[in-house]
Amino acid sequence: MSFLSNLISGLSLGSIYALIALGYTMVYGIAKMLNFAHGDVIMVGAFTVIVAVNSMGLPAVLGIVLSVLICVVMGVTIERIAYKPLRSSPPLSVLITAIGVSYFLQSLALIIFGSTQKSFPKVFNMEPVHLGELTIKGESIETLVVTTAIMIGLTLFINKTKMGKAMRAVSEDRAAAELMGISVNKTITVTFAIGSALASVAGLFFGATYGFIGPYTGSMPGIKAFVAAVFGGIGSIPGAMLGGILLGVIENLAKAYISTELSDAIVFGVLVLVLCLKPTGLLGKKINEKV
Amino acid sequence: MKKLMALFLAAAMMLSMTACGSSEPAAEGGSTETEKVLFIGGTGPLTGDYATYGTSVKQGAELAAEEINADGGFADGWTVKVRVEDDQADGAQAVQAYATLFDDGMDVTLGGTTSGACIAITEEAVKDNMLLLTPSGSQLECTQYDNCFRVCFEDSAQGLYAANFIKDNAVAEKVAIIYDKSNDYSNGLRNSFVATAAENGLEIVADEAFTNQSNTDFSVQLQAVKESGADLLFLPIYAQEAAYIITQADKAGLDVTFFGCDGLDGILEKIGQDNLPLAEGVMLLTPFAADSETEPTKSFTAAYKAKYGATPDQFAADAYDAVYAIIAAFEKAGVTPEDEGFNQAMIDAMLEIEVVGTTGTMRWDASGEPDKNATAVVIVDGVYVSYDNVK
Repeated sequence: MSFLSNLISGLSLGSIYALIALGYTMVYGIAKMLNFAHGDVIMVGAFTVIVAVNSMGLPAVLGIVLSVLICVVMGVTIERIAYKPLRSSPPLSVLITAIGVSYFLQSLALIIFGSTQKSFPKVFNMEPVHLGELTIKGESIETLVVTTAIMIGLTLFINKTKMGKAMRAVSEDRAAAELMGISVNKTITVTFAIGSALASVAGLFFGATYGFIGPYTGSMPGIKAFVAAVFGGIGSIPGAMLGGILLGVIENLAKAYISTELSDAIVFGVLVLVLCLKPTGLLGKKINEKV
Repeated sequence: MKKLMALFLAAAMMLSMTACGSSEPAAEGGSTETEKVLFIGGTGPLTGDYATYGTSVKQGAELAAEEINADGGFADGWTVKVRVEDDQADGAQAVQAYATLFDDGMDVTLGGTTSGACIAITEEAVKDNMLLLTPSGSQLECTQYDNCFRVCFEDSAQGLYAANFIKDNAVAEKVAIIYDKSNDYSNGLRNSFVATAAENGLEIVADEAFTNQSNTDFSVQLQAVKESGADLLFLPIYAQEAAYIITQADKAGLDVTFFGCDGLDGILEKIGQDNLPLAEGVMLLTPFAADSETEPTKSFTAAYKAKYGATPDQFAADAYDAVYAIIAAFEKAGVTPEDEGFNQAMIDAMLEIEVVGTTGTMRWDASGEPDKNATAVVIVDGVYVSYDNVK
């Protein structure tokens, strides 16, 4: 029973990682940059819900919609202001800018909301489900259902729509895609918009599952999600999903059966092992450098 | 409400500052034979994240001084003056504040409010051989020198008292622990709790850890607690992590009594308005219960409420007791600050006095630790109530 319970909470945690990892991997695949501010978008999303529901008294649904909208606008704005001017700069400059944006968001939240963690409103009122001795948290079920739906939707979007096709084309060869009449700028904007929307959903589930949000809430899940993206093969969308879920499950089972203090070391150890055996990650494509 | 409180505090601070300012020339060069003023100085965080602690200490100590002076002073016409400076819970600032107070003629120090700041002050106070009685510095090193004493319990003593309290009052039979392995305070409490439990026969069925890198997701630890069949969960941790644990335990369908120590003080603010019902029944080991019917706690609570408009917490009570203890030591020692060996006489007197305070009846030994009884409070309808009154 305890194994099943730990497995389910691991799946739920993994789904949150997967949602964030999708943003990392899409941005990397298309804009060829590591957006380290991505983790903090989930903090902004969660705070938006807190302000909308607790302070402004809006209904939960409206709060969620508002949170997604604000994250999308913020993600796109960050890309415009901080990353676009550096698009032809060396990758290291963009990376450092992203870290700067991350600190900026954290400090801004610290100034506005203070260091005290705020309790997250009860946006999903789902009672725990009891199956015999097994108790499944309502939030775990909701996280799993919504994440699965989002992943199916995203896969369809990437594979079936024109925009999805454009994204795949830009990711494969930016110059050639541009020659074919695809607007690279527009594609990158859409990528950031989708990534940020997914992060805000992740923030929502993070808040609902764990209960409290502070200015630094996003940083640890952000790092874990980045690891998940690398684990699954950065640039690969199914890879991010698989990587995220595996990471959550490994983390929880390591905590339960090996050591709570060593769980992070074990997670990173598995990552090292995978990268040694398969340098491009679980589902990463082998890239042949064109000379 | 918060704004009102802030305004009120700001006003209180300004008032006390002007009071200090005006009394400064009178106390020039410390207490003189003609003035007969005993100057007690202390430091604490009055601004910043930990401001509630320092503010409570300041208010508790000032209330005690006010009462003593209103009663006509002590020891043949002596009065007491209390000044608490801001140290923002920072060691360097605490030492600076101590030096300022020392230059202004401080006779006895309350040390620091928070452990880190207090330890920094002990290093200075030992050079001056000045009596240091910290209200709330709970870390072992706060009383590392012979001139240092404290009113609150030492960290590991809390683990001991907690295990004995649970056993003696039959609060629970099977106990689980979740503690922060990356934190000294938490480790100290947990270790002494486990050691005491082994002695008194309290059964520990689960002992789970977390670290400051993994302090949001407690699903695995809570699952282990659930499997263990524990009826009480001991939380030797701070209020924020406890808030996470208590809310997640509710979601996981875990039904246990939560039991914490002084770190859990403040859980009602941390857990948030939405979750207040979840804090019902949470127990805290503390030597102070504001609703106690016994004296002097009853009159202290009433006077504190009247003066500051808030229920006193443990820090205020500790500081209040500290001032009374210093006065008791002064009367016992029968010396004045001008006398040769005043400091040593005060330190020696600390070992002989017995103080009936708001946090219990206290005696001190050479280690600087108070010998007093611990009791517990339970959260009922969103306020702390003595365990005895609930039973």
